[in-house]
Amino acid sequence: MHAHLKAFSVVAALTLALAGCGKEEPKPATQAAAPAGPAELVVKIGSVAPTTGPIAHLGKDNENGVKMAIDDINAKKVMIGGKVLKLVLVAEDDQADPKQGTIVAQKLVDDKVAAVIGHLNSGTTIPASKIYADAGIPQISPSATNPKYTEQGFKTAFRVVANDIQQGGALGAYIAKDMGAKKIAIVDDRTAYGQGVADEVEKAAKASGAEIVAREYTTDKATDFKAILTKIKGTKPDAIFYGGMDATGGPMAKQARDLGIDSKFVMADGGCSPEFIKLAGDAAEGFICSIPGAPVDKLAKGEEFKKRYKEKFGTDVQIYSPNSYDATMVVVEAMKKADSADPAKFLPEISKVVYDGVTGKISFDAKGDLNSGAITMYEAKGGKLEPLTTVGGK
Amino acid sequence: MDIFLQQIVNGVTLGSIYALVALGYTMVYGIIGLINFAHGEVVMIGALTAYTVITGLLGTKAGLPVWLIVAIGLVAAILVCTVLAYTIEKVAYRPLRRASRLAPLITAIGMSIVLQNIAMMIWGRNYLRFPELFGTERYVVGGASITSLQIAIVLIAAGVMALLLLMVHKTRLGTAMRATAQNPEVAGLMGININTAISVAFVVGAALAAVAGLMVMTYYEVAYYHMGFILGLKAFTAAVLGGIGNLAGAMLGGLLLGLIEALGAGYIGDVTFGILGSNYQDVFAFFVLITVLIFRPSGLLGERVGDRA
Repeated sequence: MHAHLKAFSVVAALTLALAGCGKEEPKPATQAAAPAGPAELVVKIGSVAPTTGPIAHLGKDNENGVKMAIDDINAKKVMIGGKVLKLVLVAEDDQADPKQGTIVAQKLVDDKVAAVIGHLNSGTTIPASKIYADAGIPQISPSATNPKYTEQGFKTAFRVVANDIQQGGALGAYIAKDMGAKKIAIVDDRTAYGQGVADEVEKAAKASGAEIVAREYTTDKATDFKAILTKIKGTKPDAIFYGGMDATGGPMAKQARDLGIDSKFVMADGGCSPEFIKLAGDAAEGFICSIPGAPVDKLAKGEEFKKRYKEKFGTDVQIYSPNSYDATMVVVEAMKKADSADPAKFLPEISKVVYDGVTGKISFDAKGDLNSGAITMYEAKGGKLEPLTTVGGK
Repeated sequence: MDIFLQQIVNGVTLGSIYALVALGYTMVYGIIGLINFAHGEVVMIGALTAYTVITGLLGTKAGLPVWLIVAIGLVAAILVCTVLAYTIEKVAYRPLRRASRLAPLITAIGMSIVLQNIAMMIWGRNYLRFPELFGTERYVVGGASITSLQIAIVLIAAGVMALLLLMVHKTRLGTAMRATAQNPEVAGLMGININTAISVAFVVGAALAAVAGLMVMTYYEVAYYHMGFILGLKAFTAAVLGGIGNLAGAMLGGLLLGLIEALGAGYIGDVTFGILGSNYQDVFAFFVLITVLIFRPSGLLGERVGDRA
């Protein structure tokens, strides 16, 4: 037994090491393209997301979006400075851990990437943004919604998603007015994202006349929510809002049902994924959640994107791969405008980009936030998330 | 009242899992005075083994009934865990039995890290979703809701613990274990094979850990390589709370810790007028532990082998 295990681990370790070597080595910049064509301009694009751990499925989703954009660009043979642009993906895993986030950020800076698409979580995006800002490397987060990210005054920080003030505000008003919930219980997972969005929902719901009957806390790694849910049950809320991710939200919805709680379960974008429905099972029926942006399948390019994504990766879009795809495209647009892949040259162009992407029209305000702050509400019906209504935005 | 009752139900379910794991700590401590920090990892290995076997069998077209698949998974987990625990004892702890008390303790911590990393290599870093195998029936008793799964967990835990008590107090093997715990040298002179007695403590503890691992995984429907760490820490706390080295103490401690956590999360806000919230639930549990240890340093039911602390 012991010997077997040992042998197995050695084999496993070797395989891992070999796999690691295979994908880490980008092609050297000097390598010429096909003899007839013009020279290649190799540019590294960093992508950071938690590709292991509880929300690995979301991390992979973001990374796949970047991968798809890079493949599309490389196929188009975009000319930058008289050379054919060849993008190379440098994917890193921050494990949704703020500490790990800064480590991989430094690694990408040392690796001289031209731009970073990431990170996924607000909790990792915010501390990493200082490292990118100091190095002058543009960072576009496809999914970090905490307002603080763009309020730090960094010229390099952008996001292609509405922030929590926009989302939490819309969601809080929606719960209190459209859903008619008079008593709301709020739980958050104590992360920068969960706490931030929960606070905004609380503010907006109160402003719309609802009463917050309970405010409870858990962590992003917890598995048992029965104690706090039981306490919430005692306050008989019309709706429960959870500020957190689908990995904890799904089990929470299920445990709520097991406890006989029939309040509406509501989450923001972190729980608005097919994975949530998988985890919550029957308890997902009637679940309400929101995703910043117009509903992807209602947009002309969205339908096609979802189809191509499924063909390419064999799985469904979770939440933010359309955003990470668009974020990569925005970087390339800026490179085209500056006719350079040097971050110092194309960074000023990013704030001027007006790009019609998979998620709608993208243009940034002075802080690096999206100008259009549309939020779409979804409801889980028969195991699928159906868009209900889109609020805000232009 | 129904809310209070519901918190009791939550606490007892969680507590019976803690109790099963705590027994593993307490048996080993009782017999050789070692805090086996790798025990939480044995629970994890048990859960992940059961995961692989059960999902593997579900994937085949054999069409075995679900209860049989779970039974096979449990047996596989028990086998792997007992062999693992026996090996750990023999390889890592036995050579150090006469060394200073610190050496085996540090070895145990090292063992825990090694096992976590081996599990990470085999099963990966991702959270594995355990499918919902049995349709959950929900019963409402006095306003509190109890699922069939919770009832099963509490009943199985109680049954397994009763068997353990029976074994320790009524069989020759149990007598040998108790004799070894009291005084290994004299027990050896009386013709008891103390190595066997010690191995049995590890193996039985590991079997309980396998059962607990399957329970945790079925209850929360998730398994991952570091799931044993916090669970082990909580169970160790439970063992200390009840009086480490004492079997009844581990069971009492486990149940109490489960209840304290559930009630702490439920009522801490009301007791402190909203100053502390449910985020202080663990703080509350450890506060109770410290208070108990101040007044009863050897735990609630005392330590059976006082001179070993």
